[in-house]
Amino acid sequence: MTFLRRFAHNYGALVGLAILLVVVAVAILAPVFFPSSPWESAGVPLLGPLEDPQFPLGTDMLGRDIAAGLAYGARVSLLIGVVSTAVAVVIGVSIGALAGFHGGRIDDLLMRFTEFFQTIPALAMAIVLVAIFNPSIVSITLAIAVVSWPPVARLVRGEFLSLRSREFVQAAIVVGQTGPRIMLTQILPNAVSPIIVTASLMVATAILTESSLSFLGLGDRNMMSWGFMIGAARTMLREAWWMSVFPGVAILLTVLAINLIGEGLNDALNPHLRGRRG
Amino acid sequence: MQTASAKAHHVPLLAVEGLSIPLPAGLDRRFAVENLSCTLDAGEILCVVGESGSGKSMTANAIMGLLPGYLKPSAGRILFRGRDLLAMGEAELQRERGRSIAMVFQEPLSALNPLMKVGDQIAEVMEVHGEGNAAERERRVLALLDYVGLPDPASLRHAYPFRLSGGQRQRVMIAMALALEPAMLIADEPTTALDVTTQAQILDLIRRIQRAKGMGVMFVTHDFGVVADIADRVVVMERGLVVEQGGADDVLNRPQHAYTRRLIAAVPHRETHEARPGSEGELLLDVRGLRKTYRSGGGLFSKPRVVDAVKDVSFTVRRGETLGIVGESGSGKSTLGRCLLKLTDVDGGEVRFRGQDVVPLSAGAFRPMRRHMQMVFQDPFASLNPRQTIGRILTAGPVANGIPRAAAEAKARELLALVGLDVSAFDRYPHEFSGGQRQRVGIARALALEPELLIADESVSALDVSVQAQVLELLQELQRRLDLAIIFITHDLRVAAQICDRIAVMYRGEIVELGPPEQVFDAPRHAYTQRLIAAIPGLHWDPRAAVA
Repeated sequence: MTFLRRFAHNYGALVGLAILLVVVAVAILAPVFFPSSPWESAGVPLLGPLEDPQFPLGTDMLGRDIAAGLAYGARVSLLIGVVSTAVAVVIGVSIGALAGFHGGRIDDLLMRFTEFFQTIPALAMAIVLVAIFNPSIVSITLAIAVVSWPPVARLVRGEFLSLRSREFVQAAIVVGQTGPRIMLTQILPNAVSPIIVTASLMVATAILTESSLSFLGLGDRNMMSWGFMIGAARTMLREAWWMSVFPGVAILLTVLAINLIGEGLNDALNPHLRGRRG
Repeated sequence: MQTASAKAHHVPLLAVEGLSIPLPAGLDRRFAVENLSCTLDAGEILCVVGESGSGKSMTANAIMGLLPGYLKPSAGRILFRGRDLLAMGEAELQRERGRSIAMVFQEPLSALNPLMKVGDQIAEVMEVHGEGNAAERERRVLALLDYVGLPDPASLRHAYPFRLSGGQRQRVMIAMALALEPAMLIADEPTTALDVTTQAQILDLIRRIQRAKGMGVMFVTHDFGVVADIADRVVVMERGLVVEQGGADDVLNRPQHAYTRRLIAAVPHRETHEARPGSEGELLLDVRGLRKTYRSGGGLFSKPRVVDAVKDVSFTVRRGETLGIVGESGSGKSTLGRCLLKLTDVDGGEVRFRGQDVVPLSAGAFRPMRRHMQMVFQDPFASLNPRQTIGRILTAGPVANGIPRAAAEAKARELLALVGLDVSAFDRYPHEFSGGQRQRVGIARALALEPELLIADESVSALDVSVQAQVLELLQELQRRLDLAIIFITHDLRVAAQICDRIAVMYRGEIVELGPPEQVFDAPRHAYTQRLIAAIPGLHWDPRAAVA
């Protein structure tokens, strides 16, 4: 298929895909590699990396295995990244589609509503939301979704605005199709490429936001996460660098991988850029 | 007649000899232009005419050295005053461009820098060629603007391009081209984007300048009417090859090559109508006092800009009749079509369809009636959803109107045959078809609902003449077979004259004249209609006689 071939032409995207697949595999296989809980004190505290072959990445001040923490943390990061993005895309597409298709008053109303969310700094709002509802994986996911849908809504609105005036949409009105049907079958399929690209990049942002929340101590107390690990390591920054560096590298690689994939999708799906790389 | 010995004594202004430009591999043909030879003398207008994809613009760009990087001439020479342009270095070519050879492009808006005053743009041409000092250039700019017939050069010089009309912009482009008194002008479809009356003025201007300065003009066009108006000699191109060239009179009135004859036969031309029983048909549509006003801008403290797009328009359409609505851009003809179909809201008046006024109906109440009034759109590329198969596009309407999918699909296959497409088209996507084929799909979609009224909004304007002729024929045949009423909206009087029973001429939102083609053409009453008819390109030339 031509889409796959175009995507495969982009080496960056392939590298990103490989890294992401490794992260996914680690997340799925975490209980196999590390049967005991990542919260459990497994060995001597503050072991450096490779000091004990049982703990290749070392232990923290309570003797918890860093490698186990990373593996279980991948589950939280990916889960929150994907679910919150999915929720945000559903909200954003619905609001953007209604605003762009109907225009006028409805557009004004929905866009002012969107701007209301956009004017509040995303992280600050996420902190407030998580603090109001008790920190749990559900409240964190929803908080991230609530702060990240406005860009999707704006994007989809723009696409719908321009597609709505296209002749094939006019033709659909003339043959008697109803509004919702036109939105779903005529316009949305033509707007799907930029939505996919934006969504892929939003996953990366969501992972970062979750890490920030956990770093600030607003993570789910029952789930090990990369942000929490860095947060816990901050008092030991000079004594035990490995406690913060490894989760930091994990976040960096995952976010980078997803961004590379998003970039690759953009190039492959956007017909205007086709052939840009020869 | 163009042998080397005959020309030995004089060097033509431009001589293209055996020019070939290969296309990248994998396209439908090997050469964009193949073995092209032609000459242009000072003081003559050479028209290069052909349909889209014939390589005519490519030829013009090759002479200007404006070919895209992946296209390189593989053979031949382009001799300008005896020196090969293809062998020149970029620096030398740059001196010739603008100074000796100038070009006027098709789209005057995109060819001008939107952020620069028009006077500065003309002065810049002289500046980059190191001509004169600032004061001299300024004087020359004003003289040029005056020369190309622009009003009030002193203030217009400070205008930005968006303030000018299409015709004025094209005049500015011509002024830029003339700035350095070039010996040769290449004009690539310079009037295609313009209205007929503006086109006539620009053609006049080009001819006047060419005579006054003794320039050689290479004029690229697809319109044989324009050729008939200005050409001294003609080159006809088909798929990269020159199929015929010669004096304008010979080519236009005694075409030799089959392709030229086919093209000329397809030029829309007024036909003597056999009296059709159209006027006795049952009254289908009765429009009374229709009004539509556009308001834009306007906030709390500023007045909105108000444009009367349609002002108090009234007409009737009977079953089996074709009503042409003719007008230039901005005359409100497309808005009128959209009002009839309630694609835009109406500010006043009545649209009685089979006796019922549809204007006050809500969108939901009107939807069941939509099936009786269908539209064929202008742009065959934009009017089909690129993500849907032809089958899906054709069945969308019937399915939305409650016909079972299986029945709709059977009907769609019948329609494909009716509009002259293969049934295999059903499962294919729009991008696999040419413009003419897509327009057939558009017509099939409109017919899928068995409408009584068909509104065709510039439905053939984007098509090449030969395809245009086929689609017009198809529409006429379908009309006879299905007893359709057609409202045919067009800017092209020639097309309207060919297929319409009655013609309404629209000017600034009003119908200024309404009558059968004979009356509108032979005894136009309104001054605007008279101007419009006088501006039709190739009015004195009868293509039917040429190929009879």
